[in-house]
Amino acid sequence: MKPLVQMENIYKRFGGIHAVEDMSLELLPGEVVGLLGHNGAGKSTFIKMLSGAYQLDSGQIKIGGDVVNITNPSSAKAFGIETIYQTLALADNLDTAANIFFGREILTKFGALDEPAMEHAAIGVMGRLNPQFRKFKDPVSNLSGGQRQSVAIARALQFNARIIIMDEPTAALGPHETQMVADLIRALKREGIAIVMISHDLHDVFDLADRVSVMKNGRHVWTGTTEETNKDEVLQMVILGKLPDGSYAPGILSEENA
Amino acid sequence: MTDKSAKSEGGLDSKLKRATVAANIDTRLLAMIGAVAVIWLFFHITSGGIFLSPRNLWNLSVQTSVTAILATGMVLIIVSRNIDLSTGSLLAFLGILGAFVQTEILPLEGAHSWWLSMVVMVVAGCLAGGLQGWMIARFTIPAFVVTLGGLMFWRGAGWLFTSGRTVTPLDSTFKVIGAGSIGETWSWVVGIIGFAVLVTLTLLNRRRRKALDFGMRPVALDVVILAAAAVLIIAFVMTMNSYNFPRSEDGRGIPVPVLILIVVACVMIYVANMTRFGRYIYGYGGNPEAAELAGVNTRAVVIASFALIGGLTALGAMISTARLNAAPLSIGQLLELQVIAAAVIGGTSLTGGVGTIIGALIGALLMQSLQNGMVLLGVQSAPQQMIMACVLIFAVWFDVIYQKRRK
Repeated sequence: MKPLVQMENIYKRFGGIHAVEDMSLELLPGEVVGLLGHNGAGKSTFIKMLSGAYQLDSGQIKIGGDVVNITNPSSAKAFGIETIYQTLALADNLDTAANIFFGREILTKFGALDEPAMEHAAIGVMGRLNPQFRKFKDPVSNLSGGQRQSVAIARALQFNARIIIMDEPTAALGPHETQMVADLIRALKREGIAIVMISHDLHDVFDLADRVSVMKNGRHVWTGTTEETNKDEVLQMVILGKLPDGSYAPGILSEENA
Repeated sequence: MTDKSAKSEGGLDSKLKRATVAANIDTRLLAMIGAVAVIWLFFHITSGGIFLSPRNLWNLSVQTSVTAILATGMVLIIVSRNIDLSTGSLLAFLGILGAFVQTEILPLEGAHSWWLSMVVMVVAGCLAGGLQGWMIARFTIPAFVVTLGGLMFWRGAGWLFTSGRTVTPLDSTFKVIGAGSIGETWSWVVGIIGFAVLVTLTLLNRRRRKALDFGMRPVALDVVILAAAAVLIIAFVMTMNSYNFPRSEDGRGIPVPVLILIVVACVMIYVANMTRFGRYIYGYGGNPEAAELAGVNTRAVVIASFALIGGLTALGAMISTARLNAAPLSIGQLLELQVIAAAVIGGTSLTGGVGTIIGALIGALLMQSLQNGMVLLGVQSAPQQMIMACVLIFAVWFDVIYQKRRK
């Protein structure tokens, strides 16, 4: 299968700090990739260059084989890349439809907000994710964690995302709601959407991801399928940068000693 | 997923709460209307029956209009987590500018002087507001600081303009803006149009909710609300019509400033609820980061919101100067605080994201009623100011408690 996304040899520095150095990642359609690493390992910075929040210093991003230039969140969205932030980035005072269409409102021919059309679409897309959901008139601050997560995912689905980036999708949720989000992710997978999932939770990653990619100190440590590794090995890679064969990933040790 | 409210079926409190939620009625708004009613009754009794006389209500409505017009803009400013302290000074500057243009640059009583000076005022108001918004959005200087600067700058600029001299008299056509009224017949026409609009909106809303299979307000409730609106409109028009011109049987009818306020209020309610700009104001106020990530041009939104209040300030300046037939430098002093108080009393939260135009209108009416009533009772201006200050602090305190309880 042809990769949907290829991020190749990406570098990003903030002042004197090398946040990301020579990191690469591929993503196939319908695939979930777990991006793992400590706090400060560079995973968020790396992924923000795909979502358009940051711009890369060097390296390139290809979508469907073509090199693209992602300059801001809107241009990322134009390439079908939707990001679901850990904070969900919902406007708490607005209702579900307003949040789903926030920044991309449907307008009537007179230029006013077309509330009925947006509410109708919101009911449709939320029905795909969470059929029991009824609180369309409530501000999203009144929703549960799982419901809020589904609103954030609905926002991506509504605009035909091909690639969804999820930053810690289950970090703030209870067991029941984590299960709900896991079901959501499987549903997205079946629709052929590629998902990058940033997570601390090894259990969730092994449960949902097809492949994992580990980062440490801004560098790539290891990438492979979840079948060819296990949680202990991954933990070693996350903490020590130590590969399954006992060696260290390039650039990790020297950094540690320096 | 069990609905929490289903468990607490028994309590009267929760029943009432659910009834009001189902009916889509804002309880806080009702409470404010109740507060205005109490204040009116109190002043009516203590003033020996003067407060609720047509003459006083007519004056009250004119006095309220400037504060209310500005308050509709202030709601959007505060909802988007900013503040504007410059409106009183900007109003003075724009008033002086307009007076200067129509009396000294253009020929006094010239056929086009009155409207050209009005255009100049609105353009200057939007530019001045936009300039402040640009500094806030582009350089992230806190709005508090920029508009505090504006508070000093614009009054100073007005002073410089006329060397402290009061420009007077003004164009006689221009004076209609502040002192005119539309007479009995036209007042009824306005009232009937207003009621027809309300009926149409109610029907459209019902049709839309039905089409989408949403919960419907009971028909009876809609009828009751419309009937109440009809009574209010009739009472309003009759009151305005019972204040006669001096030595005449002809009623004055709805004052022009109030007519301007009605138009502004309708436009602002539309802007706040039905336009992209309004949606971004509320979304940005609810979560600035979310707006940023959604690709909203937040700078443009902030600049536009300040340009808008600048334009509204120009309208306020027209009414104030036209009413006085003069543009003194002292006009609009402490007006910004009254406007902010009106918005806050009307339910606009200083933490951002929450506030309605309707609420601000009632807030303005409440503030102005207090002031008007105190004048009737002969309260000196020093204690008046102190009381208004207490009301402002009380309103914010109330909001703090209200926001906490909602969580």
